Amino acid sequence: MRFALLFRDFASNIHSKPLIRNRFIHKAFFHATRTILQTTESPPPAEGFLPGVEQSKFIKSTQEEALKNPELANTGVANGETKRMNMFQAINDAMGIALTTDETAVIFGEDVAFGGVFRCTLGLAEMFGKDRVFNTPLTEQGIVGFGIGMAAMGHTAIAEIQFADYIFPAFDQLVNEAAKYRYRSGGLFNVGGLTVRSPCSAVGHGGHYHSQSPEAYFTHTPGLIVVMPRGPIQAKGLLLASIRNRNPVIFFEPKILYRAAVEEVPVGDYELPLGKAEILKSGKDVTVVGYGSQLYTLERAIQLAEKDIPGLSCELIDLRSLLPWDVDTVANSVNKTGRLVISHEAPQTSGFAAEVATCIMERCFLRLEAPIQRVCGLDTPFPLVFEKFYVPDMTRCYDAIKEVVNY
Amino acid sequence: MNANISLRAVAKLHVKRASVFLINGRKFISTSRILYQEPIKNKNKEKVPFPGATGSYFTNELQFIQNIDPIPTYRVMDRQGKIADPSQDPQVSENFAVKIYKDMVTLNILDLILYDAQRQGRISFYMTNYGEEAYVGSAAGLNNEDVIFGQYREAGVLLYRGFALDEFMNQCYSNEKDSGKGRQMPVHYGSKKLNFQTISSPLATQIPQASGAAYALKRAGNKNCVMCYFGEGAASEGDFHAALNIAATMKCPVIFFCRNNGFAISTPALEQYKGDGIASRGIGYGIDTVRVDGNDVWAIYNVTKAARKLAVEENRPVLIEALTYRIGHHSTSDDSSAYRPKKEVEDWKRLDNPLVRLRKWLEDKNWWDENLEQEYRSSIRKEIISAFSKAEKLHKPSITELFNDVYDHPTPNIIAQRQKLKQLIEKYPKNYPLEKFKNEGKDL
Repeated sequence: MRFALLFRDFASNIHSKPLIRNRFIHKAFFHATRTILQTTESPPPAEGFLPGVEQSKFIKSTQEEALKNPELANTGVANGETKRMNMFQAINDAMGIALTTDETAVIFGEDVAFGGVFRCTLGLAEMFGKDRVFNTPLTEQGIVGFGIGMAAMGHTAIAEIQFADYIFPAFDQLVNEAAKYRYRSGGLFNVGGLTVRSPCSAVGHGGHYHSQSPEAYFTHTPGLIVVMPRGPIQAKGLLLASIRNRNPVIFFEPKILYRAAVEEVPVGDYELPLGKAEILKSGKDVTVVGYGSQLYTLERAIQLAEKDIPGLSCELIDLRSLLPWDVDTVANSVNKTGRLVISHEAPQTSGFAAEVATCIMERCFLRLEAPIQRVCGLDTPFPLVFEKFYVPDMTRCYDAIKEVVNY
Repeated sequence: MNANISLRAVAKLHVKRASVFLINGRKFISTSRILYQEPIKNKNKEKVPFPGATGSYFTNELQFIQNIDPIPTYRVMDRQGKIADPSQDPQVSENFAVKIYKDMVTLNILDLILYDAQRQGRISFYMTNYGEEAYVGSAAGLNNEDVIFGQYREAGVLLYRGFALDEFMNQCYSNEKDSGKGRQMPVHYGSKKLNFQTISSPLATQIPQASGAAYALKRAGNKNCVMCYFGEGAASEGDFHAALNIAATMKCPVIFFCRNNGFAISTPALEQYKGDGIASRGIGYGIDTVRVDGNDVWAIYNVTKAARKLAVEENRPVLIEALTYRIGHHSTSDDSSAYRPKKEVEDWKRLDNPLVRLRKWLEDKNWWDENLEQEYRSSIRKEIISAFSKAEKLHKPSITELFNDVYDHPTPNIIAQRQKLKQLIEKYPKNYPLEKFKNEGKDL
């Protein structure tokens, strides 16, 4: 059915030969980024390649920066320890806390017992036992159905779908069952304890079935919560909130960030709010909206635009939750700036940007000074060798910002 | 030697070894136990080293495996209500047996009345249980704390557990007392207090859910199992495969109860599968499997009790295939005479009816007679009609309920949409049947 093995190979390679592999990644990320990006002869790095993450101002690389986040103020970790973690480690940490604090919590999916093909469940089976962290047979509809059943008994089920591209066999269970469980029973039963985690989005060389961003299929489904973090601190806080939220949550993890994004992450138990956007950078002229790994591309596009157009100031918003999404924060921003650019990796037609654009048109019609711009993946399947032309890269985002400003 | 012979030999071996499984002094055989004995028979052959089938052995004979002997159908009572093997007598009390019979009769009359109500346009939809009344016996073989996941033709199970006539009616009428708040089609029952998970229309989705629920029960250590009902048509869905496979690998205390009634709407079972029914598949998943006469309430009762024991005490999933015949139409939206002769249906109704069988058995014991029959039928009929009229007179639920329970708390956009509907019905009150609904939309 699929070629997950490809990624497993990469993962285990990295694991078994840390020096060689790390050196390669290090080099790729820190010293030769532009060259590799532009040299077609070089193969893409195994873990994918996302320019901008290391230089991002949104990455909290010191304890002070990490703890400055006002959302952590009331969480009990505000004055606590932090630890350097990449995103898979932060996710692993969140799940460890979830299992420690909730006896009913279990983790299951394909290949999670040995640590997962992306290492997110590393060590958890050893720590919590094989009855709490276990492999299932290779069946996505079975995994989600099984999770729904556990959650219907009031237990906490953390299911993993190995790649978001393979969530579609479970579409029926998610859309017809999980999402409607509470509503159709008149509130007698619910599956609020269900969280489905899944790696999503581009990775540099994932082709059709290791690259998709299927969030919009699910944001069309009342009853589900859909979340996508942009880095380790968020991933941990949002995942803990998702696991404990009393509604079924689909938690998409941009796989390109698993290793690329490294932050000082609070070691304690904390949650970040679902349904709330975060203003990453204040500005007055253009509102730029995105989520997940796309934010780093947007950040670079904004930097370039602000450099090229003296006096321009862009406001960048990370939606974090896509269902329900924080219309107020975006509308307030657009009422201030009068211009909106939305960007996501998924194809444009009926993508999530269409929802944002329509809601903002309804809420901010009199304040809009230019047509809303969508910078999205193309309306094609996600291609292999053409990835760089398919993704809404820095150039396209930069161009869209210039377009709305010059309209 | 062909495969048939070899498997038959295994079966014989099994009998010879007399490794029987006893419950309440009654003999019970699980198919997986037969398979477990296979390696013993072939102990002189060279076993394969491959990890995918460690029990296999090498052979120089090229043979494709096709049919094994059809799986037999366990029966306690014949069509005359006579018990052939006294060791299989269910050994139940008069009260218990009469309750089961009364529930079966109640179900039958409930079906008659609600089916007619749909025909008169008083409820929107209905599905009868004709011919499948004996499934009450499966409910009787469980503990009330065992969790049930159903498909939609299991009203008898609910009746047995004590779902009130009012509750059936309120659900079918979608009135303000429907615990489901009028959101689902008729016969989509659910009851928290009776541990009956709410029915949903998508077929087979409940099967892997049942596996997961069973795993949760096992972890909670409360010695209960999950019972999951589905038809033979639903067993063609991918979710059936997923569910049995996960239940087996994760050792879930779940009983899969397949109601094989010969039809999935118009599709006869022979167009549904080519193998030996549903039961033969259980063996492939490494699941204890049994086939039972679905018109024999005591056979179903015995089998369910035995299955429950395996599930709860040994954490083994069990597959029960109950063979029966769907006497009624698929639903009120279906006219089954379009795909099967009326005479065939009439014959089944007349010649092999689960109600008649149990009644004969009761009469042989002098626990029932024609007078009691008439008396019960007329009193329960009155009760059902009274519940029916009561439910019909009630308002539909408050329109607010349209917006509740999508999430644990309504989201901002749901609140906004509720406000919008409120304004709309205030603006165009005559365009909506507000008077039918509790509070007439004023509490939106």
